[in-house]
Amino acid sequence: MKYNAVTVTQLNKYLKDRFDEDENLTAILVKGEISNFKNHYTGHLYFTLKDENSLIKCIMFKSYAEKLAFKPKDGMKVMVFGSVSVFERDGVYQIYVKSMLEDGMGDLHEKFEELKAKLEKEGLFEQSHKKPIPLYSKVIGVLTSQTGAVIRDIINVSTRRNPNVYIRLLPVPVQGPGAAEQIAEKIKIMNEKKLADVLIVGRGGGSLEDLWPFNEEVVARAIYESEIPIISAVGHETDFTIADFVADLRAPTPSAAAELAVPDIYELKQKILKEQLRYRNALKKKVELMRLRYEKVMKSRAFTDPTRKIKDNYVLVDSCIKRLETKIKQIYKIKNDKFIELATRLDTLSPLKTLMRGYSLTEKDGQIIKSVEQLKSQDEVKIRLCDGEKNAKIL
Amino acid sequence: MEKENNFEDSMKNLERIATELENGNLSLDESVKKFEEGMKLAKQCNDILEQAEKKITILLEKNGELEEQNFEAN
Repeated sequence: MKYNAVTVTQLNKYLKDRFDEDENLTAILVKGEISNFKNHYTGHLYFTLKDENSLIKCIMFKSYAEKLAFKPKDGMKVMVFGSVSVFERDGVYQIYVKSMLEDGMGDLHEKFEELKAKLEKEGLFEQSHKKPIPLYSKVIGVLTSQTGAVIRDIINVSTRRNPNVYIRLLPVPVQGPGAAEQIAEKIKIMNEKKLADVLIVGRGGGSLEDLWPFNEEVVARAIYESEIPIISAVGHETDFTIADFVADLRAPTPSAAAELAVPDIYELKQKILKEQLRYRNALKKKVELMRLRYEKVMKSRAFTDPTRKIKDNYVLVDSCIKRLETKIKQIYKIKNDKFIELATRLDTLSPLKTLMRGYSLTEKDGQIIKSVEQLKSQDEVKIRLCDGEKNAKIL
Repeated sequence: MEKENNFEDSMKNLERIATELENGNLSLDESVKKFEEGMKLAKQCNDILEQAEKKITILLEKNGELEEQNFEAN
């Protein structure tokens, strides 16, 4: 029996021809996740595109790769356009990529807006829930990657502002699957063990996909529940994440976060000095005021002429006495006048004047006799004349 | 973290008492007392800043426990 075998080359050539004839394969759009990405020194890109169940090799030549608007990397979801063909030498088929787009961006934007609306409605962004950032923190906790510019920037800015700063880094993955859960868990650990007075949670800028862990609900809730005030520092000025909305304070960059967390120690010391000066001035003013009051009091007459009051009182007493004397004299005069008047009246009524004219008074037992009826024979009577009296007996 | 010797509270008290002292409605005795209290607070604030020591550390998990080590950024 004669076997009609083909060579491997012939087979691969045949397969390549069949691939290239197929219209479905000459211009095709495929979506999947990049893995095994290699940027070859020649400028060609080699990678694998995969989904949950399957994978396919891809190559993008330099001339196409140069036109890419982003940097592809492992884990990124993309759509590639190109043709599927066979690489005869290795007997593999692969996608010859002519252009590539980040995929799922539309989905992510939608998810972002959805979660944002949901959490906002729940009150996670409420200003009233936000905690103030301490003026001075003994320990600055940082949750970010232990490599790269972010932690370096934070350390640089912090030590410049306070040469004796205490920074505690708890490293977390800041992108890729599982990063969000890790970040949330580490926020909880920092809280449980009270490892910092303020927390900076962040990463550098990147694609929406890179920043995605900071848009996940677990991270948002962990930030909301944190008792330690949290400063978010994700990406650049313009990148806003859900974490930024929930955080107690949003810093546009990691360096800015360090400035917000770490006070300028020189300024603080100046502030303390300023306060001390306020105290000195206030007390000086108080003492000066007291001195003026003292001087004013010492100048008062109570101290300059202490007997003055007594003298004043003497004068008062004198004037009282004088008034009293006048009053007494006045009363005496009134009484005296009255007496003279009465005496004069008495004088005119007095029987003595009548007696002078030769009349006499006859009294019996002290009573003046006005009628003969009052007298009997042998009564003893007293006869009063102007110059004396004589006893007599009625005949 | 520890609440005693809280810098922010001390600083706030320092400012508050300074205002009380400046208002001048206090007796001389009270003023001197406030002054002394303020100087004590200022010293406390200064001490907190002075006693701080530069530390850059990283917390690494070892056997489920966090271990604090010095950290050098590269």
